[in-house]
Amino acid sequence: MSAKTDNLRVNDFTIKVGNVNGTGSASANALLMKIIFRMGVPVVGKNIFPSNIQGLPTWYEIRVTEKGYRGRSGDVDLMVAMNPESYKRDLEELSPGGILLYDDTWPRPHFLTRTDITVIGVPLARMCNAAFKVARSRILMKNVAYVGAVAALLDLDLDIIHTLLREMFAAKPKLVDLNLQAIALGYDYAKQNFGNVSKLKVEARDLTSDKVMMDGNTTAGLGCVYGGATFGAWYPITPSTSLMDAFVKYCKDLRVNPETGKHKYCITQAEDELAAAGMIIGAAWNGARCFTPTSGPGISLMSEFIGFAYYAEVPMVLFDIQRTGPSTGMPTRTQQCDIQLCAYASHGDTKHILLFPSDPSECFDMAVNALDLAERFQTPVFVLSDIDIGMNDWMIDELTWDDNYLPDRGKVLSSEDLKDMDKFYRYLDTDGDHIPYRTLPGEDPKGAYFTRGSGHNKYGGYTEDGAEYKEVVDRLVSKWASAADKVPAPVISTASKPAQGKVKFAIISIGSCDGAVVEARDKLETEGVYLNYMRVRGFPFSAEVKDFIDAHDQIFVIEQNRDAQLYGLLLGEIDVPREKLIPVLHYSGEPLDYKFVHNALSKELKTRRQVA
Amino acid sequence: MTSFTKPLIRRKNEPTNELGLVRSDYDGAMSTLCAGCGHDGVTASMARAFFELSIEPHRAVKVSGIGCSSKTTAYFLRESHGINTVHGRMPSVATGAIAANHELAYIGVSGDGDSLSIGLGQFVHAMRRNVNMLYMLENNGVYGLTKGQFSAAADMGSTAKKGAVNELPAIDPVALALSLGATFVARGFSGDREQLVPLIKAGLKHKGFGLIDVISPCVSFNDHKGSTKSYEHTYKYYNPAIHADYVPPTAQIKADYNAGDIMPIELHDGGQITLRKLENGYDPRDRAAAVNKLFESSQSDEIITGLLYINEDQKDMHEMARMEDRPLNAIPYEELNPGAAKLKEIQKGFR
Repeated sequence: MSAKTDNLRVNDFTIKVGNVNGTGSASANALLMKIIFRMGVPVVGKNIFPSNIQGLPTWYEIRVTEKGYRGRSGDVDLMVAMNPESYKRDLEELSPGGILLYDDTWPRPHFLTRTDITVIGVPLARMCNAAFKVARSRILMKNVAYVGAVAALLDLDLDIIHTLLREMFAAKPKLVDLNLQAIALGYDYAKQNFGNVSKLKVEARDLTSDKVMMDGNTTAGLGCVYGGATFGAWYPITPSTSLMDAFVKYCKDLRVNPETGKHKYCITQAEDELAAAGMIIGAAWNGARCFTPTSGPGISLMSEFIGFAYYAEVPMVLFDIQRTGPSTGMPTRTQQCDIQLCAYASHGDTKHILLFPSDPSECFDMAVNALDLAERFQTPVFVLSDIDIGMNDWMIDELTWDDNYLPDRGKVLSSEDLKDMDKFYRYLDTDGDHIPYRTLPGEDPKGAYFTRGSGHNKYGGYTEDGAEYKEVVDRLVSKWASAADKVPAPVISTASKPAQGKVKFAIISIGSCDGAVVEARDKLETEGVYLNYMRVRGFPFSAEVKDFIDAHDQIFVIEQNRDAQLYGLLLGEIDVPREKLIPVLHYSGEPLDYKFVHNALSKELKTRRQVA
Repeated sequence: MTSFTKPLIRRKNEPTNELGLVRSDYDGAMSTLCAGCGHDGVTASMARAFFELSIEPHRAVKVSGIGCSSKTTAYFLRESHGINTVHGRMPSVATGAIAANHELAYIGVSGDGDSLSIGLGQFVHAMRRNVNMLYMLENNGVYGLTKGQFSAAADMGSTAKKGAVNELPAIDPVALALSLGATFVARGFSGDREQLVPLIKAGLKHKGFGLIDVISPCVSFNDHKGSTKSYEHTYKYYNPAIHADYVPPTAQIKADYNAGDIMPIELHDGGQITLRKLENGYDPRDRAAAVNKLFESSQSDEIITGLLYINEDQKDMHEMARMEDRPLNAIPYEELNPGAAKLKEIQKGFR
């Protein structure tokens, strides 16, 4: 068999690796993706892994996309099937014309049942068993060996592989040789036996030189360092744990006095999420910038405290790295299922500020935004990331920092400020901006006040008087509403041509849906469908959100949950006709792919045009 | 009704402390608790302790949860910040506040419901962390605000006002604290301010987590015959065993104690706690002895009070976290911002 050059698929295909978790597959896949990235070709990586440490099926998708799309393709063109448990499923998932690479140390004749694919058997286990003595090395190196085989099939650059391995194992040079040997095993075997089989090729480009590969939890943790957070409290929960890991790492790197060994930070692993919430409330009340990372179940547990912070007006920054619910749900799968939970978290009338990052770059920026907004508005602020953004490595523009940035610490009175005041009252709206002044403990006797979650009047005194109570909660909702133009503005993208036909269709979406939505929209444009697109980035919704809805007739609201939570939030908070909005919902727990969006929109457009 | 402001009455020749403040400068709003409530006695003792220690009111912080006892943080130290949090969660808020600024004097006020039922988890973990605060557990064995249910501190066999008998074993906060390695463990009684005020002073000066379990009878729902937390029962079985006095760094130890029954314990601030009324051979630095003593006395229905255990050598949370001396909330942003160049450098690792 030899591939004709005109049939080649260069820099536009998807590799999927089916493996057993706990076998070192994650580092092998990261290596594979990085090789392509270093060749200057944009990549998208999606880790679809089990809630388990060892022994269950796990998958990793690497999309090679010269056009720089950021979502999944919905296809698999090269399947590396390393897990006998999932062979059947992996075989079925492979797109027609695709390649299946498997370990034929144990031949699997049933792979030949599909005639529309190419099957490549590489005796990975046999080769590794012969080459390596230690049992653990044999398992680990089998994975590195398939990277070698894939490298041969796709024409990956061997020099880059060598460089990467030397960088990865700089501290352990012996491992470099071991890994290189494993790469060579796979590479040589595949070259010799299947040299011309693959039509999938990677050709070097120069499209990634100003990019980095980072996950959103790392960038959010880094954002907290740059934003000046000094305190963090948390309870370990997938998929938010790596956010605190990143904060810990960068604090250790950047915030330890080299001479004294003393820290300019404090990180406390709490006994549960309730305590984590209480700790950051205590620290923020006392004037330290702080945050807690968690996921949906943690928000449920923190809800009572969130209401306290809302009513007592204490800054609070929460990162909700959303995962598939309800209950324990699928903790390692993604969803956008906490939008409504966070918007109204806690009993009683409560409304919160939400930020919706779409990628790790926005996680960095919004971490800083959240710290500023929480102190400016003296209230809980949620950053709603998800497992797809938080735990997958994304190719993003290099993060930048403005050295002129100064934190907005909000309205805090110093001893000096208090001197000129007759008397200080905690909840008085003296500036007419709905935001009262606060004071920090220890500053000045004149600044003392009593913070309570029980009924209080504008002076900070206890009350059970209806009128006094209402005065405060009415101000609170005005304060919340006034954040609408302080949260990140929606990103509105106008179609390359005006909408065709009588009905003006458009798209609203949120967070990690963006990559798939952008690509589906491009595809629709090639089919003559032109849709304006708005991605909301903050709640309360700014005026632009309503304007966008008003300017269109039918709007698809694309999101990743069953209950149309963004759709519900839009209807509940903005005065728009219900029939204008059309929910498009994806909630399998796997990151959204553009085909899903394209198919759903095509179908809806067809029926709705007929009706219209 | 809302809250009452306590009238400020100045008397001539009122004693002043080192700051020139009088005792009433340490008062707060008028108590809204029932007349005769043990908690009011504890409130007065706390105010007195702060007054006698000459702590500037605004350098103290009051934290509390929910319940009758937790309300009392409004009734003293009006010039201090106070935070009345959510039920059973005061320890976490205190932990965060102390992480942000360890230089203030923190006093937590809680009850047996707040600490031993809904808040048991946070209570024990604050002790494990050795958070530098004094935790006052005003213990009346009953839920007052919801009108008379047993708390987890109710003794087995103790009866409720309407006659129900408690069949569940009590959680003894002192035993709990000793088992968890809390570093200052005491029991007091709201009716004995002579003993309680010095204990509070010592607890405030101790570096690390101090617990004072204060028997504080509820006159409305747990002061009847058959209750083991009533005034009558407490007076009957009360044994003020170990008296602790705080002696500031500059002061001379008074000589009116008999040598031999005084044990001085050095504190981190250079001051001392001197213990008196010690029984022969009892050393409150010996945790096993303290546990023993506690269980022996409870077997004979005796309510042993005083400073039962102290450990000044354990690192507190601040030290364990290796934080610098300057409070976190006082570190200027310039020292926290790694800058644009650094960000560029960090990202080299992500290429």
